[in-house]
Amino acid sequence: MKITTENLTKVFNAHRKQPPIVAVENLTLEINEGEVFGLLGPNGAGKTTTVRMLTTLIAPTSGEAYIGPWKVGRDDRHIRQAVGLLTEAPGMYEALSAEKNLTIYARLYNVHDVKGQVEKYLRMLGLWERRFDPVGSFSKGMRQKLAIARALLHEPRVLFLDEPTSGLDPEAAKLVRDFIEELESEGRTIILCTHNLDEAERLCQRVAIFKTRLIAVDTPENLRKRLFGRKVVFHLRHVQPQFVDLLRTFPFVEEVSAFENRLVVGLSDPEGQNPLLVRRLVEAGAEIQFVGELRHTLEDVYLRTIQGQHGA
Amino acid sequence: MQHLITIIDKEWSEVFKNKIVFFTLVVLPLLLTALPLISLHFISGSVAEGADAADVPEAFLLACGSLPARDCLQIYLIDQFMLLYMMMPLIIPITIAAYSIVGEKTTRSLEPLLATPITTETLLAGKALAAVIPAIGVTWLFFGIFLLGLPLVGTGEAARAHALGTTWLLGIFVVGPLIAVAAVNFAVIVSSRVNDPRVAEQLSAVLIVPLLALFFAQIIGIIILNPTLMLGMIAILILVDIALIYLGARLFQRETILTRWR
Ligand SMILES: Nc1ncnc2c1ncn2[C@@H]1O[C@H](COP(=O)(O)OP(=O)(O)OP(=O)(O)O)[C@@H](O)[C@H]1O
Ligand SMILES: [Mg+2]
Repeated sequence: MKITTENLTKVFNAHRKQPPIVAVENLTLEINEGEVFGLLGPNGAGKTTTVRMLTTLIAPTSGEAYIGPWKVGRDDRHIRQAVGLLTEAPGMYEALSAEKNLTIYARLYNVHDVKGQVEKYLRMLGLWERRFDPVGSFSKGMRQKLAIARALLHEPRVLFLDEPTSGLDPEAAKLVRDFIEELESEGRTIILCTHNLDEAERLCQRVAIFKTRLIAVDTPENLRKRLFGRKVVFHLRHVQPQFVDLLRTFPFVEEVSAFENRLVVGLSDPEGQNPLLVRRLVEAGAEIQFVGELRHTLEDVYLRTIQGQHGA
Repeated sequence: MQHLITIIDKEWSEVFKNKIVFFTLVVLPLLLTALPLISLHFISGSVAEGADAADVPEAFLLACGSLPARDCLQIYLIDQFMLLYMMMPLIIPITIAAYSIVGEKTTRSLEPLLATPITTETLLAGKALAAVIPAIGVTWLFFGIFLLGLPLVGTGEAARAHALGTTWLLGIFVVGPLIAVAAVNFAVIVSSRVNDPRVAEQLSAVLIVPLLALFFAQIIGIIILNPTLMLGMIAILILVDIALIYLGARLFQRETILTRWR
């Protein structure tokens, strides 16, 4: 199911005495069917608010949003039936067993085969052996897994995950991430809110960097290119000034800089242009040790975009 | 309907695990039933035929008509206790609803619940019924025990007939449930504002004040419980219930719960 929003806006306290708080402003997005889409933003950026609007928990102040054919604010019951939500806090009934928790939700989601679905997800997430234990006795990671199971019981085609790995240890986080990849392979549309950029980069086809307003949307790869261009690093035994001059003679070389024994070259198409540069450098007497691409992490991209916003 | 049953089932499996709720559900009715029976036992045993009717207010004696003073005293006592009996449909739903709602607030379990296709009306009705049904059930059960206990503590025919008279039946079967409905909605309203179930309980307990006022008015002899008075109470309670249900339902909206219940 495709998700679209158009100028989606949420203002808290719009009609009350307290000063109004603009949480989300004119958010226009298009999320494709089967895509894992990341919502990245600092604390208070409005990620949870966006998810709550799209899951019909709170009403937009203005703008529109569609989940598949259904419109937020008009077809809310259909939307709730079609989407799954992993909330920021797991919010389990602690005195009840894992199985009871899931059974309650399976009924509320009008699942036909309640027992079957509950068993399927308890097994899939490795909680089957502990199904009769009260959730109060579960670790944070187990609770989170149970909460994910709860979001999946009705086999939603669209899944909202609000910080699915926050507060988990690396091992539990990896389990959850692997599971998300598995869900993606089943063709579900997944919206992932996260602070973990590494996670976004690994899981998401596209990410939106977002702070009340949309700052950038693209694949992590393109965002990187857009902000930093692509850079190639030549490690030489000795860097000599004439190598820099040589490289500058090529019109397609965007920039050249030298650090210690490295030459950093900005290129638009390294795959096509590197062989020629390597050949010419060798002819000029350079002893090349290795050649690689200088990669910026999504974190660099993110920090730069967010900082850019501060300046603006 | 399936949703409603699911919510009630969930409430019962969760909230009855709470010791305080369980205590309220068992010990309070036991106390409120044992107390009148014990008092009646002492009255019936020690007070001689025709003796001390001096403690009964004059207005009440008049209402007794030609009944012997002993019977009149018993009836008077029974009527006192009926108002105390109404504490059950008042306190039990408040306790259940306060623990249930404040509990959901603090564990933040309302958000995933509200993300399901359940309507807020069904959810609220489920929570209300989960609190009201045990309250009424317990009230009726212990009323039955009270009736069975009456002959055992030596009350006379007239007193027993009185406990099954229109006044009492209206009280137990109409006023009681109406009080329970008011109590649960009041608890919802209060619980939306506080984060400690005990505070919610205490605040909701202001509802006891009118009940106590009636109780004392009756002891002093300002009022006498009779069917007319009961019908008046029923009329007032219906209005109060409608108002409280309206307010409770207004507060119990997805957006309000998520953004303003702190
Ligand atoms: N109920 C509310 N009333 C008033 N303001 C609110 C409410 N909920 C959120 N806000 C404000 O809206 C903004 C966005 O909050 P939101 O929770 O959506 O951010 P977030 O991106 O999910 O942050 P985090 O990373 O901390 O989870 C914040 O400024 C927050 O203070
Ligand atoms: Mg958030």
